[in-house]
Amino acid sequence: MNTLIAISGLGILSLLAEIFNARKAIVPVTIIGLLAILGFNISTYNHLGAYYNNMMITDKFSVAFSSLFIVITIFLVALSHEFYKDQKTKISDYVGIKVFLLAGTVAMVSFGNLSMFFLGIEVLSISLYILAASNRLNLKSNEAGMKYFLMGSFASGIILFGICLIYGATGSFDLNTILLVISTQAYPQWYFIGIIFLLIGMLFKIATVPFHFWAPDVYEGSPALTTATMSSLAKIVAMATLYKLVMALLPVQMYSFQLIIVCVAIASMVLGNIMALRQNNVKRMFAFSGISHAGFMVSTLLLMSNAANTLLYYASAYAVAGVAFFAVVMYVTKDKENETIDSFNGFGKSHPLLAGILTASLLSMAGIPILSGFFAKFFLLNQLVHTGWLVLVIVAIISSIISVGYYFKIILAMYTKDSEHTLPKVPVMYQIVAVVALILNIALGLFPNVVLNLLG
Amino acid sequence: MNVSFILIFLLFGAVATYFAGDKLAKTVALFFSLASVVGSIFILNQYNHGINSDFIANWISNPNLYIALKVDGLSLAMLLLTTVLTSIIIFSSFGNQYKNSKSFYALVLFMSFAMVGTFLSADAFLYYIFWELSLIPIYFIALVWGNGDAEERKKAVIKFFIYTLAGSLFMLVAFIYLFQKVGSLMIGDLYTILLTQNEQFWIFLAMFLAYAIKIPIIPFHTWQANVYQKSPTVGTMLLSGIMLKMGLYSVIRWQLPIAPFAAKTYMTILIALSVAGVVYGSTVALKQKNIKKLLAYSSLAHVGLIAAGAYTLTLDGLRGAVLQMIAHGFVVVGLFFAAEVIERRFKTQEISEMGGIRIQDNKFTSMFMIIMLASVALPGTFNFVGEFTLLYSLYSANIWFAIIAGTTIILGAVYMLKMFQHVMLGEANAKVFQSITTNETIVFVVIIVVLLFFGLFPKPITDLITPALQEIVAKINMQLNS
Repeated sequence: MNTLIAISGLGILSLLAEIFNARKAIVPVTIIGLLAILGFNISTYNHLGAYYNNMMITDKFSVAFSSLFIVITIFLVALSHEFYKDQKTKISDYVGIKVFLLAGTVAMVSFGNLSMFFLGIEVLSISLYILAASNRLNLKSNEAGMKYFLMGSFASGIILFGICLIYGATGSFDLNTILLVISTQAYPQWYFIGIIFLLIGMLFKIATVPFHFWAPDVYEGSPALTTATMSSLAKIVAMATLYKLVMALLPVQMYSFQLIIVCVAIASMVLGNIMALRQNNVKRMFAFSGISHAGFMVSTLLLMSNAANTLLYYASAYAVAGVAFFAVVMYVTKDKENETIDSFNGFGKSHPLLAGILTASLLSMAGIPILSGFFAKFFLLNQLVHTGWLVLVIVAIISSIISVGYYFKIILAMYTKDSEHTLPKVPVMYQIVAVVALILNIALGLFPNVVLNLLG
Repeated sequence: MNVSFILIFLLFGAVATYFAGDKLAKTVALFFSLASVVGSIFILNQYNHGINSDFIANWISNPNLYIALKVDGLSLAMLLLTTVLTSIIIFSSFGNQYKNSKSFYALVLFMSFAMVGTFLSADAFLYYIFWELSLIPIYFIALVWGNGDAEERKKAVIKFFIYTLAGSLFMLVAFIYLFQKVGSLMIGDLYTILLTQNEQFWIFLAMFLAYAIKIPIIPFHTWQANVYQKSPTVGTMLLSGIMLKMGLYSVIRWQLPIAPFAAKTYMTILIALSVAGVVYGSTVALKQKNIKKLLAYSSLAHVGLIAAGAYTLTLDGLRGAVLQMIAHGFVVVGLFFAAEVIERRFKTQEISEMGGIRIQDNKFTSMFMIIMLASVALPGTFNFVGEFTLLYSLYSANIWFAIIAGTTIILGAVYMLKMFQHVMLGEANAKVFQSITTNETIVFVVIIVVLLFFGLFPKPITDLITPALQEIVAKINMQLNS
């Protein structure tokens, strides 16, 4: 709870800094503030607590996931200074929105009441709508913002409708009360319809097939840093929330529910990977690859025991790879109309360090050891075999093989082609973020125990 | 000293090579590879004195996985093969100038690190990680420093990568399945499980995909010749000299003891596939115009015979396989180096553009001839010991296999001698062939000494590997009889 208050306070602070003409200090102060909040958040790891009539519940799950979100936000804020260099006057808005977005995410993983959950998801979504359209002179960015807003608000509506049905069935928004009602009393069947609505809305936010249509366009049109926020932060937030919702509202999974999840997961893996093969725009490609990763993450819903650990590990691995990826992509595609793969031609020769980091992140996402992406897939598949859905495991393996095809397109471009144009000097901050993200990636791979044992 | 030091040392060597800069890189790389040879000999000495050099540490508690490195005769033989060959390969490249050589030599050492790890791992998960890890450096070596048209090279290399990755992912599925059954992936635990016929079949098949692609066994060989030809010679040597031994080693270490029923049931098919590789490789080699491709196909034929021997499930077969793995490692490095020596001078791989070298350089001709004769298994060379044992084991399995495989040795002599004739003999070449340098001579001499010494006196190696192989054969028979 205090984490949430502190984050909101920090957001207001960064808005106030604009008034006091302290623009230069915004990014460093925010980073320091976030680091402090991260430390404070970790210190509450062992303290369970419920606040304001169960509106907020902090437990290990919420602390672990919010720490991950804070870390990613620190990366994103660190990238902001350089990314918004041309729009210095608006830096406080951009940073402020990112911090508020973080507040929304924290609310989403520590809610104890469905209304709080909805507040969280709206704070997150509205911040993202603004960020998507934030390059207001660019037509594509406007289009992306509009598209995301229309589709996203529709999904929010569906979620709200689902919550209403659940309320109608059980008479409460409170998770504990709902659980008590469904385990002790007879309740109407529309409770499950409500859950399905919730599921649809959340799957939309995660961007899984068949609710993925917005993702490629929005990812492509938005400014690169927003794309990074959506793909690395928003996706895993929505996934963690969905996990928490399903575990809380559906203590016993029916076969039909599992079947839905399996179908969604398989469709996302296959379609995401196959479509990614055909893309020439890096951001679009990343959107489709994100869809396939969403398929992997959604399949954690099938696991009852220990799945939170696996999800946390997968999400961390995916996020750190994504952050490093975007730190490099933002540098390479700056001042370019299109983020085509050709932009990476000859990058291996001109910038060996950044090219190496990009290669490592791509290999991580493709699931090559010793990077964390491999371990994430291994732990997930290892548990999936238990559930008996072998077909899902086979599809996951085959789609991993397919994914090598498009990840290596970029690697090939970097190392086998010659570049036609020179790039400006590498901004220090991009380099630092990329290096730190890579170190985190490798450390996660070498010491998986650290994350895997967090959630007991 | 436990064996993990060699791994740490090689990894550290790779990093140090990278930071040594382009000028010093090859010297630093050679230093670290030689030092790893010394380390391996030290471990060998410890092993002979009965000192335990294993390394076991907890790694991941849930799922229950270990960092476990095990030293026995078999892994020790492979360790020595890898470190010695890596040193030879690095030294053999001293005559070449590579762009960005710090990355190049760092990758070579890193590859050596991964391969050593594969041979030593006693936990299937760790083994899998090293197995996959070895793919990354060779991918970049072939891609960035290879020769020929860039587009074609790219296609060949990516095909190789996807093939091998696809195969090994199925092996990973097999391991995940085994983990569900046993709750651990330590090799000792995996050896004790009893699987049903059906389970064994699927697990055997999944592993077979990984190994058949790596070795390669027909019909999974299509990546090989192109990649061998397009890689820089160092890459070709690493691939043919050491990396494909990873597949053969894994057959002996992992596949056969875990799923012996399946191996026994499908023995005829497996041996037939391997022998088909021998015949196919030799026949295609007859027609080759490119010297590196010819050597690639001859290598295909030889490893086919090794695989056939391993799949006989007899002690002789396994012993012959390991002996021949070592012999073939040295001989193939020697052959590719000879091709490289010619290419350095004539700037070509086409056999038709060579010829008449004997008149210009006697010394090189005789050394090349010895290695060439060793490769066709002339009595007195190491390869004869290996091939003889392999053919003997095939004979005990089924005489026809021995006959078919035996005739291909004759075929092997035909294409190798024909190649030698076209490349070395004949009218003096218009192009000048500079006499070979001292460095090049040293490489040839080391390889020839190894081949002849163990050809006449193979006992040290047989003594080293036999106990470990006996143990594996005992495991196989125990499972088969229970």
